Amino acid sequence: MTMFHREAGVFKTTYAADMALFPLPVARWTVAALAVLFVAIVPLALGEYYLSILNLIFIAVVGALGLNILVGYTGQISIGHGAFMSVGAYTAANLAVKLGLPFWITLPAGGLMAALIGVLVGIPSLRIKGLYLAIATLAGQLIIEWTINHVPAISGGAQASIQVPRPHLLGLTLDSQSRLYFFLLFFAVLAIVATLNLVRSRIGRAFVAVRDQDIAAEIIGINIFRYKLLSFAISSFYAGVCGVLYTYYFGIANYEQFQLIVSIDYLAMIIIGGLGSVLGSIFGAIFVTLLPIVLRLLLESVGSLFFDESDLANVISGTRLAVFGALIIFFLIVEPEGLNRLWRNIRSYFRVWPFSY
Amino acid sequence: MSSEDFGFLLALLLNGVSIGLMYALIALGFVLVYKATDAINFAQGEFVMMAGLIAAAVMGPEGTWLILAILATLAIMVGFGFALERVVLRPLLGRPVVAVIMATIGLAAVLRGLTPIIFGSSTMGVLLPIGDEPITIGPASLPPIQVLGAAVAVLFFAAFGWFFKKSRMGVAMRAVADNQQVAQAMGINVERYFAIAWAMTGVVSALGGIVWGSMLGVDIQLALVGLKVFPVVILGGLDSIGGALLGGVIVGVVESLAAGYLDPYVGGGTKDFAPYVLMILVLMFRPYGMFGRRQIERV
Repeated sequence: MTMFHREAGVFKTTYAADMALFPLPVARWTVAALAVLFVAIVPLALGEYYLSILNLIFIAVVGALGLNILVGYTGQISIGHGAFMSVGAYTAANLAVKLGLPFWITLPAGGLMAALIGVLVGIPSLRIKGLYLAIATLAGQLIIEWTINHVPAISGGAQASIQVPRPHLLGLTLDSQSRLYFFLLFFAVLAIVATLNLVRSRIGRAFVAVRDQDIAAEIIGINIFRYKLLSFAISSFYAGVCGVLYTYYFGIANYEQFQLIVSIDYLAMIIIGGLGSVLGSIFGAIFVTLLPIVLRLLLESVGSLFFDESDLANVISGTRLAVFGALIIFFLIVEPEGLNRLWRNIRSYFRVWPFSY
Repeated sequence: MSSEDFGFLLALLLNGVSIGLMYALIALGFVLVYKATDAINFAQGEFVMMAGLIAAAVMGPEGTWLILAILATLAIMVGFGFALERVVLRPLLGRPVVAVIMATIGLAAVLRGLTPIIFGSSTMGVLLPIGDEPITIGPASLPPIQVLGAAVAVLFFAAFGWFFKKSRMGVAMRAVADNQQVAQAMGINVERYFAIAWAMTGVVSALGGIVWGSMLGVDIQLALVGLKVFPVVILGGLDSIGGALLGGVIVGVVESLAAGYLDPYVGGGTKDFAPYVLMILVLMFRPYGMFGRRQIERV
């Protein structure tokens, strides 16, 4: 019966047990069940279309985790996440096309280049915060967008887009959604595990200290300059990898996929999902990826009653944006801890059920 | 420098100053809110877009109902400011700055999403009865709308300067901005002044929407004007009205000079880029802008 034991009946006797990634047996069992579901059942049960949506979610999870490390854990707001993704994407695309390098070089290279640029954009965070920092990262976003768009050596000419060959693995070209599925799943899981480990490490605790009260953190001996820049570096590394994954997913690197609105999408993910929470980043990535798909289905079925065929595309993109914005405001006002908090509420309800006290 | 070169420079400068004053008008809306309530309005550009759309829609394609359009835009934007403060900003009082920033970004997304659905996505014109004949000042010939926009901006800066220095309400607002708790203890209704600040932003956005809409035409692209607010207020300092004026002029001139002298070498677009580079440089050396109040933090 051990698998159904929750808090009561699980006694931790060592420090290591208390700090374990999954302190409760039920968590280990849940993870095992999820692993079976995603590795064995889902890819067999779902068609290409649904797998393509899942793939988009996997990519978004990587980016959302990265942004949450910076904003949720370290408290440094960034409106430049999309630009860091584009740095990763164009680095990988150029390496793949000009030098013919495989993904296991271009992927970390894209991440590292994004980390480097991220640190540069993050340098002002040493002197400024809050609004001023938000505007500095906004400037970073616009300057990076402009540079990529105006330097043909980076963007590859007039359309500012580079066709990228699909990744190869063990002699297999990953050119369909079902083939990309395991590739992207692997990186999403890697990002989740890495983040879970990061936030419970010395570095993660330092990030939280900087977020909660940076002057106090400095007084207790945390080098806040180092940790702020480290946070920008790690966050941008995730963003860069996320950009590379998008590039391989679409088979093309295009700056239009990484404009200001993308940065805002990712901010929406972590706010709706839950700031400072790994599970929240995953919830947010799922929610924000699915929302436009559901809205489109909904509007395509009933929208033609109210709008002309020609206006419908505009209405759909407008509605998507408006619902996004409204959700951001709603969650900020009503549930600042996001979907993650709702999930925790449901869980604690059932934890004591049927005795509510 | 030959006289022809000098004339070109002077023309660029004059053009930059007049555009810059129009930026300053929009930045003023941002500063008013920040000064009084410590809240940040990332949707300032969307306010301007919305005001421009309302003006254009009321006015009609022939520009018939000009006065009505101006009055309606002012009224709707003021009402919108009040409502916004009540519904979105007041529940966020006392929350971290990140929350307020995100809420106004969300608001920007809502306005950007809804306005094309309500007003359609075609570009509309705001037709002011000022003609097209360029006004010649020295070597520069400026479009009349630019001169009018600059004049409106200067007028409103003077008016707000007087308001904050001399009027009873303005002094109370400065007290609220300086220290909300003390102001409250002195019997000032802080919440009322928050609402007034947002309403004043509505007024400034309405004017901005009308002059900018008249110059560029109104569609969703007009909201991009709002992106210029940030370099302007960072250069001047977020809580300084004079800073907004000076920041606007600097950004206008830098843009104009970049477009005049750099564009031929890099193939265009430096206008949108130069103010941000300047802004980053200023942030490095003077993090609180030229006239911004330096904030002192205690644990």
